Amino acid sequence: MKSHVAHWAMAPALAAALAAALAALPAAAETAPGGVAFDGGAVAASLTGAPGDATAGATVMTTNALGNCVACHELAAMPEVQFQGNIGPALDGAADRWTEAELRGLVVNAKLTFEGTMMPAFYKTDGFIRPGDGYTGKAPTAELPPVLTAQQVEDVVAYLLTLKE
Amino acid sequence: MRLPYRSKLAAASVLAVLAAGAVLADPSPDAELVVNEDIELVTRVAPGPAVEGVLTEVYSGWLYRETETRAMQMDDFDNPAMVFADQGLDMWDTVDGTEGKSCASCHEGIESMKGVRTSMPKMNGAATDLWSMENFINDCRTNRMGAEAWKWNSNDMKNMTSAISLQSRGEPMKVSVEGAAADWWERGKEIYYTRYGQLELACANCHEVNAGNMIRADHLSQGQINGFPTYRLKDAGVVSIHQRFVGCVRDTRAETFAAGSEEFRALELYVASRGEGLSIEGVSVRP
Ligand code: HEC
Ligand code: HEC
Ligand code: HEC
Repeated sequence: MKSHVAHWAMAPALAAALAAALAALPAAAETAPGGVAFDGGAVAASLTGAPGDATAGATVMTTNALGNCVACHELAAMPEVQFQGNIGPALDGAADRWTEAELRGLVVNAKLTFEGTMMPAFYKTDGFIRPGDGYTGKAPTAELPPVLTAQQVEDVVAYLLTLKE
Repeated sequence: MRLPYRSKLAAASVLAVLAAGAVLADPSPDAELVVNEDIELVTRVAPGPAVEGVLTEVYSGWLYRETETRAMQMDDFDNPAMVFADQGLDMWDTVDGTEGKSCASCHEGIESMKGVRTSMPKMNGAATDLWSMENFINDCRTNRMGAEAWKWNSNDMKNMTSAISLQSRGEPMKVSVEGAAADWWERGKEIYYTRYGQLELACANCHEVNAGNMIRADHLSQGQINGFPTYRLKDAGVVSIHQRFVGCVRDTRAETFAAGSEEFRALELYVASRGEGLSIEGVSVRP
């Protein structure tokens, strides 16, 4: 088990449980991280071939060891989430500013939309400098999984699509 | 980026943040660090050569902490690190090793170490390697005392570096980046701007570009090392410079470098140069 997660990314037991549960699901029609088709910064096709679940997406976004989007983004739509960071812009109204394909592209790899952005790429498995085995500080012993699964990316996209003002 | 934070955040979470006492943005504008109502420390200083044109002002991490945490560092009776510095002081006089010597046998009173912390890390006597304070101490232990080396992050080592750092409290940081140290400095700078790990984050992303901003519940400072060794309330113990580096790199989902590694000594030199002019606070208190 991973024993450590960043303080700003502290993992409730939920995260591990969630990750384990999701990892156990079959990955039938999934697009692998290397196979994602970008059009500029946008990704038109669902990574799972199906729409995501917005409620699950909200959990991914606020679970520290998963998306932890609130570490960097504030979101007035989630007033119950304490300690929202202010490194990136507020996400409220994101669906007014971006299309579904653009939002998916932002979650998969925001660097293709904002060159050099601090926002991590959540569905990418290569091109890293000294990647670790999660938050252990050690080198990975197996193939590096993306930070979020295809399903989790779709769930986050589904939630972001609800952010209209 | 700060404006939308204030204007858009729901009132409820603003209240939650305020209730927890977090500072909203920027280092505390008017806090002054005076220890024991006596020693005045410099916590804000104009950028030295390493960060000229990069930072508008150089700030100690102390300024970014909450009022209560800041207060703990203002009185040695409230500073939990003092117990450990005292243990280091005891060790200073303790004979160890085959030569029957203590540190005091050669260095006399620990006050002789005044100023030493301000110039660390630096090239060793033979100018063959860049040494942190830990390396100098272990050199004396193994080569001059016939004693065993202490592990980098052992309690003995951290107690001793705490006791020695305290002798320089209030003195300005000033490392040498000339001569043989120049290559080390360049290497440290490169590491500082490299985006490590699966989250692809460099020191600079958090501590240069976003100092003053919140990353979740943490108020980001400039990541200066003038306060080290630091007592971390979260760990209930003293933390060394390299220990902190390990934590920060690990949190980017990266394979870290080891405490004492060439990489972290180079990084220590570079980070020290970014803090030029700040007072040594060792031993400081952080959340
Ligand atoms: C380490 C900080 C960080 C994390 C974590 C992070 N982001 Fe971002 N994000 C940013 C920054 C910074 C920007 C602004 C882009 C730029 O100019 O670099 C941004 C931009 C965005 C945008 C576009 C801004 C807009 O107009 O709304 C969206 C959408 C977004 N992020 C969603 C997310 C989601 C969803 C997550 C979690 C899965 C996430 N971010 C996690 C830093 C982060
Ligand atoms: C046998 C004598 C001797 C003993 C015992 C000894 N040292 Fe030293 N120490 C020296 C000498 C000589 C130097 C200077 C080396 C140089 O300048 O190259 C030195 C250098 C140092 C330095 C670097 C100082 C500077 O200005 O760069 C530190 C720190 C230090 N010693 C700590 C200790 C500690 C802590 C102990 C006990 C654990 C200790 N020493 C025991 C002789 C000794
Ligand atoms: C994802 C953001 C992040 C990155 C990247 C990061 N740190 Fe930190 N660091 C933090 C947080 C959060 C803290 C605790 C609050 C503070 O002092 O900023 C911290 C604290 C520190 C401190 C203690 C400062 C003090 O006064 O107590 C130092 C030193 C430090 N970091 C150095 C580094 C170095 C060197 C790197 C690059 C190897 C680095 N950090 C990378 C987030 C980060």
